[in-house]
Amino acid sequence: MNASNTPFDYFPLILMFIVAAGFVVFTMVVTHWLGPKRKTKIKLDTFECGIESKGNARVPFSIKYFLVAILFVLFDVEVIFMYPWAVNFKELGALGIIEMFSFIALLLVGFYYIIAKKALTWED
Amino acid sequence: MLLNIPLTQYLFYFLSFVALLCGLMVVFSKNPVHSVLYLVLTFFAIAGHYILLNAQFLAIVHIVVYAGAIMVLFLFVIMLLNLNHDSEPHKNMLLKGAAVLAGGLLLMVLTGSLKGAETLAMHQPLNTQVGLIKNLGTVLFKDFLFPFEISSILLLGAMVGAVMIGKKEIK
Amino acid sequence: MLLVSTFIIYKSIVCVAAFAVALGVAAYSTWIERKFSAVLQDRKGPNRAGPFGLLQPLADGVKMFMKEEIIPNVSNKFLFILGPSLAMLTACMTGAIIPWGKDFVAADGTAYALQVTDINIGFLYLFGVVSIGVYGIMIGGWASNNKYSLLGAIRASSQMISYEIAMGLSIIALIMTTGSLSFREILNQQDAGLCNFCYQPLGFLIFFICALAETNRAPFDLPECETELVGGYHTEYSSMKLGFYLFAEYINMFVSSAVLAGVYFGGYNFPFAKEFYETCGIAEGSALMSLIGFLVYFMKVIGFILLFMWIRWTLPRFRYDQLMDLGWKKLIPLSILNIVVTGIVMGWKDIVALFN
Repeated sequence: MNASNTPFDYFPLILMFIVAAGFVVFTMVVTHWLGPKRKTKIKLDTFECGIESKGNARVPFSIKYFLVAILFVLFDVEVIFMYPWAVNFKELGALGIIEMFSFIALLLVGFYYIIAKKALTWED
Repeated sequence: MLLNIPLTQYLFYFLSFVALLCGLMVVFSKNPVHSVLYLVLTFFAIAGHYILLNAQFLAIVHIVVYAGAIMVLFLFVIMLLNLNHDSEPHKNMLLKGAAVLAGGLLLMVLTGSLKGAETLAMHQPLNTQVGLIKNLGTVLFKDFLFPFEISSILLLGAMVGAVMIGKKEIK
Repeated sequence: MLLVSTFIIYKSIVCVAAFAVALGVAAYSTWIERKFSAVLQDRKGPNRAGPFGLLQPLADGVKMFMKEEIIPNVSNKFLFILGPSLAMLTACMTGAIIPWGKDFVAADGTAYALQVTDINIGFLYLFGVVSIGVYGIMIGGWASNNKYSLLGAIRASSQMISYEIAMGLSIIALIMTTGSLSFREILNQQDAGLCNFCYQPLGFLIFFICALAETNRAPFDLPECETELVGGYHTEYSSMKLGFYLFAEYINMFVSSAVLAGVYFGGYNFPFAKEFYETCGIAEGSALMSLIGFLVYFMKVIGFILLFMWIRWTLPRFRYDQLMDLGWKKLIPLSILNIVVTGIVMGWKDIVALFN
């Protein structure tokens, strides 16, 4: 292990954040100042192809997107589990391969179930 | 050492303050979307704590999984709801009482378990390398192999459950 | 060991430089994009502002600043401003882990890395920031309180999270060969021999497709599909807030090009680099070496940016179900296959030994 694996490695990220956030805030303020301000009621309406806007966008949408999100969370956790294995791949050897392949096999069973149940089919 | 101990202590207090403040704001903000964003900030503060303990892998997993995945799901759920009136409807007293009771019990369990746990002597948390991904992986795939494989079954169960619930709504 | 004050000054300079380069490249990417599309479509492209229209990005920027800022009445004002800010912020933060050249060693023997910071978990940091990037689009689209924006935002976030999985999986096969998540280490491993692309062509292809989808570039630009959604999630945005969304896309494109060029094509390394440096008499750690490395890396990045643009102006847009099918049903199984094949090929000896 080299000496660079300390929390101090993350300090420059704070600097980077300050630079980026400073730029963003500065630009937002400047663009607010510079632009003309001729506000009318119609201009501040939401856009709806030129016709008068009806209602608002606080409407429920298709549950499929929600299903995608929930599956994403599960897959994300599985993917994260693979990283410590991939880093240690050479050290873990054959046993590591068998361990991970059984993990992947279970993942594929779930994946097959999802496909078979048509949870990710968009047109139905 | 570039980083001396007092600085980490300041950072610790700052991050704790941010975490607590944002945690409170999660509960108190009227708009649920604001609540989600405050919760994301809380997660960032906790990830900062992990980094201070040099648990780098845990910190980034916390951000990727909690802030990046679970909170996105939360945001989806909130956007699925009909939010025409921004404030929450008032719950009746019984529900409020039940919520306070449940919260209090959880607090009791947490304090109890924390009191029972042995306090680790962490004089030099900066020099520990256990939290790095490489060392963590060795431990996970050698000593904790069984829980790891079990967790994949748990995830499989969650997947099946999600598909069951999600598809039922469509039919 | 550096002094703390010198360290902070040096890192601040690197931060500002990395930030300025990202902004500059993003600005000129818009110019390249317009010129490139003009060449492909047999037009002239921007040619009025300065020679060859070189001042066009500047003119665009000034125009963006001078435009009226419109915040719709029914929108959630704070979140409306937060959306583009977050998009820009996350786009800028991704560039922090890219090493731009070999370490420059000063006269007193201290090494200065041309990188904001090299962290142990570089790749996971990248994923973390990318997954936070979803918020910028989602919040912006939702806060606009416009149906088109909402649809665009949901499409965009669904698309981004879907391709994040395939992206994460495609990298795992690469990590197996490198054994490290740190960018600098992955780049340094390629200084001799073949670049990672030769070992992981399928992984590269999947990562590249996912990078296109993550940056919302064509053919994956459904969130801003004009024919269906007007302007997508940024329909209601104007002035520099719109500029931030567009800019963030170009910065993301630049950073993902840098990641692709660095991780799969060796970054600042090039074939016969050692022989070249020896014949030219360039010492290890000299400023000239860092500069040459940086220029080589930069050329590769520009190459990838041009590839991104070539794809945009060649391929038609996907349909949404095709997009989701590609992400979930093709790329994820393919990247798992890639992991399995890599695992078997690399661990073949161990497996054989286990069964004997």
